[in-house]
Amino acid sequence: MKSKPKWLKILDIITIISFALATLMVFFYAPLERVMGAVQKVFYFHVSAGWVGMLSFMIAAIAGIAYLIKKDSKWDLVGYSAVEIGIAFTMINVITGSIWARPIWNSWWTWDPRLTTATIMELVYFAYIMLRQGIDDPERRNRFSAVYAIVGFISVPLTFFSIRIFDRTIHPVVIGSGDANAIGSFDMTPLMLQTLLFSILVFSILFVDLMWHRIRLGQYSNEIEELKLRIQD
Amino acid sequence: MEHKTSFFKAIKAVIWKDLIAELRSKELVSGMLVFSLLVIFIFNFSLELSPSTRASVTAGVLWVTIIFAGTIGLNRSMAVEKDRGCLDGLLLAPVDRTAIYFGKSIANWIFMLIVAAIILPVYSILYNHNVISIGLVFVILLGSEGYVAIGTLLASMAVQARTRDILLPILLFPVVIPILIASVKASNGFLIGVAFNELTNWIYLLAAYDVIFTSVAFMVFDAVVEE
Repeated sequence: MKSKPKWLKILDIITIISFALATLMVFFYAPLERVMGAVQKVFYFHVSAGWVGMLSFMIAAIAGIAYLIKKDSKWDLVGYSAVEIGIAFTMINVITGSIWARPIWNSWWTWDPRLTTATIMELVYFAYIMLRQGIDDPERRNRFSAVYAIVGFISVPLTFFSIRIFDRTIHPVVIGSGDANAIGSFDMTPLMLQTLLFSILVFSILFVDLMWHRIRLGQYSNEIEELKLRIQD
Repeated sequence: MEHKTSFFKAIKAVIWKDLIAELRSKELVSGMLVFSLLVIFIFNFSLELSPSTRASVTAGVLWVTIIFAGTIGLNRSMAVEKDRGCLDGLLLAPVDRTAIYFGKSIANWIFMLIVAAIILPVYSILYNHNVISIGLVFVILLGSEGYVAIGTLLASMAVQARTRDILLPILLFPVVIPILIASVKASNGFLIGVAFNELTNWIYLLAAYDVIFTSVAFMVFDAVVEE
């Protein structure tokens, strides 16, 4: 059993401090939005969590491709870890979105392209987890989940595209040009933009930290599996 | 000297094998057919398909029926291969494995089209309203192609899992949603009489999805069957 690497310890501390800093920035540095008030503060972590969710699933798809080429089980561990983290962050993204939507759109949920796609994406990766749990042979499990991570990642943007074509969205697009029908849109002041960018950076650091921990955990559980097999023999 | 059977010959052989097996047992198509009639009847009672509601939901009812029946067909078609050890036999054959994939997909596609070809007239008779049009047939051809392309891949994964009875729909439905949306929208357009050239965007979109899903499935199929 290896002790925790020094760099991981340092990364843990950086993550904790920067996360606290981001929280302080959201509440005290970023100005209060004039129309929406305090509830708009959820925006910073909402966007950041969504970003980490997307990033995780993209990494899972890339790890899937790498696994199919290299057949090295470390890529499976990377993919599986990324999917688990992605599920958690997409969940945070959807829940914070609902908290924001309730006062602004007067509804927890609308059948908007972004909301629908995020949730379908979540379902794709729930299916990924269920697929893994249904297969006992590790080598086969790795192969199948790599295939599904690739297929799922390709399908998600197509889903978004399909829904987007025929539905006007009310989801605000704060960066870039938004739809004229968007409700809850606002112009970001420089302070808001700084807070948002810092939150995204902090969430990315958090993601790296979690990935590192999760991969270490996976390595230990593989070691335990091997030891168990050795006892049985 | 290359002794491999040619690619298209292998595809044809796999399709032929499936068609003959089906002709003798008739379990797949008859199962799908009875199931889809039941789905239509259940929809009839649960949605109260009066003429006014029908105008807006017919496309949805038809597609849900086709997709549910398709899941049954896909599961069965791969389970047969797995249970009787036929899959191993197929894999031992000295042919390109993607030929097996295309053969199975096309056979599944044919079965889905047979079912659709029976459902459409039956639906038309039951509701005294002709739903058959060239546009709709075209959409069903394209939509079911994308569906079986990805479905055959996922079904060959699902049958090798412990939880295979529940796994296929869970794996398949979230992934085929883009095809389902485009199919339902295009079918709905044809059913309410929108002109063909106004719906070409949906047709192109469906064709693009078909190409994407077929090529992805084709590229990764090797990884699903190698042992």
